[in-house]
Amino acid sequence: MSIQVKDIHKQFGSFVALDKVSLEFPTGELVALLGPSGCGKTTLLRIIAGLEAADSGQVLLEGEDASGTHVRERQVGFVFQHYALFRHMTVFDNVAFGMRMKPRSQRPSEKQIRTKVHDLLKLVQLDWLADRFPAQLSGGQRQRIALARALAVEPRVLLLDEPFGALDAKVRKELRRWLRNLHDELHITSIFVTHDQEEALEVADRVVLMDHGKVEQVGTPEEVYRHPATPFVYSFLGSVNLFHGRIEGDTVQVGDDVLPHVPHDFNHGAEVVAFARPHELDIVIDGEAGNGVAARISRILAFGVTARVELDGVNGASGQHFEVELTRARVLELGLAEGQAVRLVPSRLKLFEREIVGGVLQ
Amino acid sequence: MAGATTFHIGIDHAHRFESKAATRETPVVKWLILGISLTFFVVFLLMPLIAVFVEAFRKGWETYLTALVEPDALSAIKLTILAAVISVPLNLVFGVCAAWAIAKFEFRGKQFLITLIDLPFSVSPVIAGLVFVLLFGAQGWFGSWLSDNDIRIIFAVPGIVLATLFVTFPFVARELIPLMQAQGREEEEAAVVLGARGFQTFWYVTLPNIKWGLMYGVILCNARAMGEFGAVSVVSGHIRGQTNTLPLHVEILYNEYQFAAAFAAASVLAVLALVTLVIKTWVENRAAQSHKDSNRDDAS
Repeated sequence: MSIQVKDIHKQFGSFVALDKVSLEFPTGELVALLGPSGCGKTTLLRIIAGLEAADSGQVLLEGEDASGTHVRERQVGFVFQHYALFRHMTVFDNVAFGMRMKPRSQRPSEKQIRTKVHDLLKLVQLDWLADRFPAQLSGGQRQRIALARALAVEPRVLLLDEPFGALDAKVRKELRRWLRNLHDELHITSIFVTHDQEEALEVADRVVLMDHGKVEQVGTPEEVYRHPATPFVYSFLGSVNLFHGRIEGDTVQVGDDVLPHVPHDFNHGAEVVAFARPHELDIVIDGEAGNGVAARISRILAFGVTARVELDGVNGASGQHFEVELTRARVLELGLAEGQAVRLVPSRLKLFEREIVGGVLQ
Repeated sequence: MAGATTFHIGIDHAHRFESKAATRETPVVKWLILGISLTFFVVFLLMPLIAVFVEAFRKGWETYLTALVEPDALSAIKLTILAAVISVPLNLVFGVCAAWAIAKFEFRGKQFLITLIDLPFSVSPVIAGLVFVLLFGAQGWFGSWLSDNDIRIIFAVPGIVLATLFVTFPFVARELIPLMQAQGREEEEAAVVLGARGFQTFWYVTLPNIKWGLMYGVILCNARAMGEFGAVSVVSGHIRGQTNTLPLHVEILYNEYQFAAAFAAASVLAVLALVTLVIKTWVENRAAQSHKDSNRDDAS
């Protein structure tokens, strides 16, 4: 089922949780709502489910306005961050709950329920836990049971609120892959909320980035990562190095230093913010002045395949910190040492015009 | 009022402290504190309890039994039970509603309502009784209307039930509010999303989660309902065989120097109190157990 939200506005007191948000979620896609905490993503999810009411705007389920439809008639499956399993019921009873609550005329027989519950438990690979209580399960198992319970009522959409937020890193990674496989199997329209960019980029067909109650960008994981539309998206999707500068012809003037960049549609003299990912910066030892930004190495962390070099800015960029990712071979080749003065030269630079956001020059 | 579960968590900590030499207090301190509290316990709690039974049986079994099966005593017992049977279920419903409203809804004046629930605890029971006299007594606000319509509240059974209701109101609500607040709304939201109706949600999800706290509140409520003296005394009028509850009956007998009979009636109340304590301890254990389970639930 397709979901559409139109001009959703929601305010808690003076705090604007959602500011005229309009989005479309096509049938069968797995979409991630990604953003920092307090950006309104969970509120949006709860409004789609009907657990929260918007101050204004519409939620369209399959083209039909659902604003007047009660939560229990929306046929959505909802998975909560803290599972919200019924603690006094066995796993079996938890999964059977939705079917047993149906009006008598629509309720399946106890035998049908049993078959269905066991099918679902097999789907989440936890058939052997049917008689346990939630307290006897691990976090990952509980979340899979919660998912089975949500699927039991054959929802038209599946909404997941930070589904892996309360799990430890390893389990989270496993469940991510598992959720992706499950979605490929069921093709049910799904939206999941997360603040973990890696999770969103890895699992979703499409990512919606949100900040301060507004949608910043919508796109496939590759699109948003490769072509971030705003400084927020750029910095949210991974580590960044940031330079404040001014456009001077084909270069960006950063303090006394100069960064080369492929001409962009920026006017001469425009104030810009330039971004580069750690792997997009190279270190030059004996670079001439005027090419690259001067910095001093403060720490070299070389324990993985790649080495991470942390630097402090000098000259125009003093007080700033930079991070560069190099291969270990490159670090050895350059013979880098802590305290050494070097220059940073970007292989790729993403520029944004400086704008005033909330009274603060970014 | 302590929650049903706090005690047991304390015992766990105590055990951890005691089992290690590094954290153990010196024996002198331990026995001194233990001695003080045990002495206090024996003098102020155990001796009076024993005295009640000794006095009750001083003149033998027969006097004891006669004192209890005498019509006035029987009527007092009946009235006490009646007051409890009416006020406890009503307060169960009120308490659950109030706790539900406070824990699960946002509304203006919530803080005021919480304060109001505590009112019966902070107001002297005598004042509580007087309030009802002022409202429904012959000279009270509704007095003339009531007597015109031939309805008797003060110095009659309805007054006693009202006074009992008033003084026992906070028990259930007080017990449930922190419990329901701690549990939040997630399970109920999950139930509603799964298609459960309001009543189904309450019956299958909310109630099982609060049942031990509810039981605990009901037990305390019942103990107070049967033992209440002050408020009931003001509205009762002390008409023997009609508006005397068991505590009032004890007082009357005592004032008439019928000590054996007075203590016999008092012993019934004491037994009630002991039974309450036993049930309360059992419920506390169960509540602690389910608390532990749900804690484990939150842990990992």
